[in-house]
Amino acid sequence: MSTAVAQKRGLGAMIWDYLTTVDHKKIAHLYLVSGGLFFLIGGLEAMIIRIQLMKPDNNFISAGLYNEMITMHGTTMIFLAAMPLIFALMNAVVPLQIGARDVAFPFLNSLGFWLFLFGGLMLNVSWFTGGAPDAGWTNYAPLSTTSPGHGVDYYVMGLQISGAGTLIGGINFLVTIVNMRAPGMTYMRMPLFTWSVFVTSTLILFAFPALTVGLFLMMFDRMFGSAFFDVGLGGNVIIWEHLFWIFGHPEVYILILPLFGAFSDIFSTFSKKRLFGYSAMVFATVLIGFLGFMVWAHHMFTVGMGPIANSIFAVATMAIAVPTGIKIFNWLFTMWGGQIKMTSAMLWSIAFIPSFTIGGMTGVMLAAAAADYQYHDTYFVVGHFHYVIVGGVVFGLFAALHYWWPKMFGKVLNEKLGKLAFWPFFIGFHLTFFIQHFLGLMGMPRRYWVFMEGQGLDTGNLISTIGAFLMAIGTIIFLTNVIYTSVKEKKVSGDPWDGRSLEWSIPSPPPHYNFVQTPLVRGLDPLWVEKMDGKEGMTPAEPLGDIHMPNASILPFTISLGTFIAGFGFIYQVDDPVWLIAVFAGMGLTLGSMLTRSVKDDLGHHIHKEDLEEDIKKGAGK
Amino acid sequence: MRGWMGKFRSLFLFGALTMLLTGCGIENISALKPKGYGSELLFDLMLISIAIMIFVFVIVMAIYAFVLLRYREKKGQEHIVPKQTEGNKALEVIWTVIPIILLLVLAIPTVQATFDLADQSTQGDEGVITIDVTGNQYWWQFDYSDEEISTSQELYIPTNERVYLNMKSSDVIHSFWVPAIAGKMDTNPGENMNTMYLEAYEEGVYEGFCAELCGPSHSLMYFKVVAVSPDKYDQWVEDMKNIDPEATPETASAQEGQELFNNNCMSCHAIGGASAGVGPNLGNFGNREKIAGILEPSKENLVDWIVHPDEVKPGNSMPSELVTEEEAGKIADYLLELKHSDVGTELPVQNAEE
Amino acid sequence: MSSEDVLNPKQMPHDPEKATLEGRNKFLAFWFFLGGETVLFASLFGTYLALNGSTQGENTPEHLFGLELVFIMTMLLLTSSLTSVYAMYHMKNHNFQKMQLWLGITVVLGLGFLGMEIYEFYHYIHHYEFTFRSSAFGSAFYTLVGFHGGHVLFGLSWIVTLMIRNQKRGLNLYNAPKFYIASLYWHFIDVVWVFIFTVVYLMGKVG
Repeated sequence: MSTAVAQKRGLGAMIWDYLTTVDHKKIAHLYLVSGGLFFLIGGLEAMIIRIQLMKPDNNFISAGLYNEMITMHGTTMIFLAAMPLIFALMNAVVPLQIGARDVAFPFLNSLGFWLFLFGGLMLNVSWFTGGAPDAGWTNYAPLSTTSPGHGVDYYVMGLQISGAGTLIGGINFLVTIVNMRAPGMTYMRMPLFTWSVFVTSTLILFAFPALTVGLFLMMFDRMFGSAFFDVGLGGNVIIWEHLFWIFGHPEVYILILPLFGAFSDIFSTFSKKRLFGYSAMVFATVLIGFLGFMVWAHHMFTVGMGPIANSIFAVATMAIAVPTGIKIFNWLFTMWGGQIKMTSAMLWSIAFIPSFTIGGMTGVMLAAAAADYQYHDTYFVVGHFHYVIVGGVVFGLFAALHYWWPKMFGKVLNEKLGKLAFWPFFIGFHLTFFIQHFLGLMGMPRRYWVFMEGQGLDTGNLISTIGAFLMAIGTIIFLTNVIYTSVKEKKVSGDPWDGRSLEWSIPSPPPHYNFVQTPLVRGLDPLWVEKMDGKEGMTPAEPLGDIHMPNASILPFTISLGTFIAGFGFIYQVDDPVWLIAVFAGMGLTLGSMLTRSVKDDLGHHIHKEDLEEDIKKGAGK
Repeated sequence: MRGWMGKFRSLFLFGALTMLLTGCGIENISALKPKGYGSELLFDLMLISIAIMIFVFVIVMAIYAFVLLRYREKKGQEHIVPKQTEGNKALEVIWTVIPIILLLVLAIPTVQATFDLADQSTQGDEGVITIDVTGNQYWWQFDYSDEEISTSQELYIPTNERVYLNMKSSDVIHSFWVPAIAGKMDTNPGENMNTMYLEAYEEGVYEGFCAELCGPSHSLMYFKVVAVSPDKYDQWVEDMKNIDPEATPETASAQEGQELFNNNCMSCHAIGGASAGVGPNLGNFGNREKIAGILEPSKENLVDWIVHPDEVKPGNSMPSELVTEEEAGKIADYLLELKHSDVGTELPVQNAEE
Repeated sequence: MSSEDVLNPKQMPHDPEKATLEGRNKFLAFWFFLGGETVLFASLFGTYLALNGSTQGENTPEHLFGLELVFIMTMLLLTSSLTSVYAMYHMKNHNFQKMQLWLGITVVLGLGFLGMEIYEFYHYIHHYEFTFRSSAFGSAFYTLVGFHGGHVLFGLSWIVTLMIRNQKRGLNLYNAPKFYIASLYWHFIDVVWVFIFTVVYLMGKVG
């Protein structure tokens, strides 16, 4: 393969390039586009839910379809929108922040993406093949094991496939951060975003296998007649709840921690100050990650675990508020005494603080086990987790996208449109979800297809629906901004924000080997350190030499395609054993591709010094 | 003001909060208008947590507002480089220790309330009522095993007494929730039986909900808790014990309806006596607040429900068009005549208020 | 060290499996992966412990299990772990043929284990009519032990593939990490079996 990036290529060549790429920056694009697409689908489902709940006894969609909507909305947003968008950021930024040329396993990185994408497609195919899963995103047995049709089968297979991809991604980033840091980049000099990705990856590693097992048990029960959740044969339905939440609670920290990291970088950059209490922030991140595993059963206070277990999990859950509080105060004091520049990225971050604080506070209220007997499975909970997930994760994604967009695409998102998108979304968000806390306590359980007239719930629900429309408008403006920027805006330099960390020391978008010479890191905020010493850019840690890069490969795509085909086989062999052919064909493709990968040596290629010197003339070294 | 928090409520903050929150929702539905021991205990716990949280929020917002107003970059300041502070140990300790103390303040009553609500010390004592609650797709069965009576959709309890509920499910997981009287508890299939108790302070008809997704008609699985004075409760038990399913109805249409009911419906349903089989026990049906938990009690609605149950409650297991509309009319006449006990009928239905 | 050098067997350092960055990455990643596998088996053990009383009749653990067979299986697998250690010892001494020999012995022992496990399952199904579907205990038993058996099968295929692929070219810096992590995997399988032996068979028979 030629080292020079081909400039003029047809569409076919470009598609082939993306199908086979192992470059973390292109994989970031893939995650961004597919995650964004699923975010829109999930958003559409949310709008349908809110239209149905606009007025009492509404009949916009049927009860069965409604349950499919809520299930797919939750599943899509968590697994197919938030996770991949976070992976997009991880891929785009982490190798750059630690001064690496790629992740530790570029091939696995690509495999992780394609598994996620095929898993996500599998889930959404269910809409067209007789009905989506309808047992809620938590998929509690035995409602899920007895759900007619194949909807829940799609849930099981889709999440199993995409979950495998996520697990691979998690291990990859762990190794990348441990082994691939540039000289001088000690752990305690890593940017907070990289730190939080490190902790998140650990959580992925230890949380996802529990879901894998849960999904296997569910798959065996539904497809092969086992009796894990069949009380008639001695099964126990509570096992699913435990396995699901042993995964599910860390999952919410998997979602929020990387954005905590992104906010830390953004607050610091746009206040022109180093992060206040860096070590405390690192410690808090690790502590949140650790405690995240100790509290899963707070989702199960009403299951009947008894007062001792309920009390223990209640107190453990409250403890998480302490490190979270530490973070909030450290962010505030990062801005204290700074020069706050109100860019769009900063605006989303500023909005995050009160929104997330409210979400955290209702979280502590929910942690009070007894009081949860009133909150549990009501709109109070719906309000709470949208405050943390939208107010935290989605605000964070918007902030991070505005912040790193120039690094990913070489252009700054239009600031005017950025702020124009912010206000309707921000106002709509509070309109939609604040009132839901009260709706819940006034007697509106969660996942209700209709609510009755005369229960005092009409006004609140109407307000909530109006808010949802405002959020939709905000999203549309953001999309407009993306298109507008790519057509109209001009290219910017590698460092448009006066940045502090390594990613801003190289051109935007970076060349595919990232760093011509690996940089030498001399402190926290390495680029800022050099700037304060009056230098332009980083000091290299190595002489200019050949760069070893991995080869592109189609195998990740074929491995994932195989699981996709086998997934359909597993689902439909229940009806007709002919489908076992699909199982064997799919598994054959997957295992065959893996065997090919194993047997065929792939030693990568080199970019030669002469080519690099050419690139430096064009500005790659900077 | 019977809760242990009662004496603190006069404090200004709690007073204001209480007034603000109790403005929300409708009597006998809302958890913010507690009418029973459990709900009051939990309402107090909510007030404490909200008060602590508002305290924290005000502090955060004060710093937040100050920072944003004071430290915005002004025109011409772009070149200024602020001091790069590393952090402050004293501050870190302060915002670690104070939240811990606040959480301890919340944790103690939380643990107390959790144990209080799990208390089962008097269950099984002489004169203490235990009712078996069974969640079904999409209706509730209540068995008074000591009295050998069984009802569905309407749970009668005496006021100011602890009534224990032994809860399980016949199919999927449901959750039993009467916000105005107590918190909720899941009903699980299999061997995971749960126990909770209700204690209502006032007579009334309280709205109950299923709070765990249980299928398409999850949102239609309402029930009522009818709390009446102990004397009236005894009367009701007496009435229910004396139900004679063979009693001849008054009108001719109802008599035909009885015949049709016995031939078509009795394989699942029952009228009076102990626990029914597959379907709800329809004793005292004529005095129900609602048909199937959701429809106003009229003949037209009942006929609709009997002939097209799947349109009223999607996914329920009552067969459609088992009888013709004409036959259903006669059955409806019969069922609406089944008024075995008028205890509780004088209580106002909460939906009529406001 | 450039990628061409890794295929040159003359430049072997003392720890060939950790001499390249790729090798170190694989080594670390595989330890992380085993961490995840631990959670996977912990979840399966938890499920098994929750359901091992739900036998729905006569086919209880005491009734079914025979410790003699399981003891032999345990010995086979423990020995195979030891032989894979010998193989790695010879890898570090750059003695490729001896490494292949000991890996071969490991594979034979593993196949013996797998064969006996299949016999065990066959025995339960045909003599006791104890299947995956007969009770929650049955589902949990076959799932836990079967997952382990699947790991054994995968481990064997992996080692055999490596042996065949590298038979002619011998050891180099590119394949040394591959051999090394395959042996790590084999140890992990062995450790899991020790837990299965204790929790499922010993506790089932005695406890």
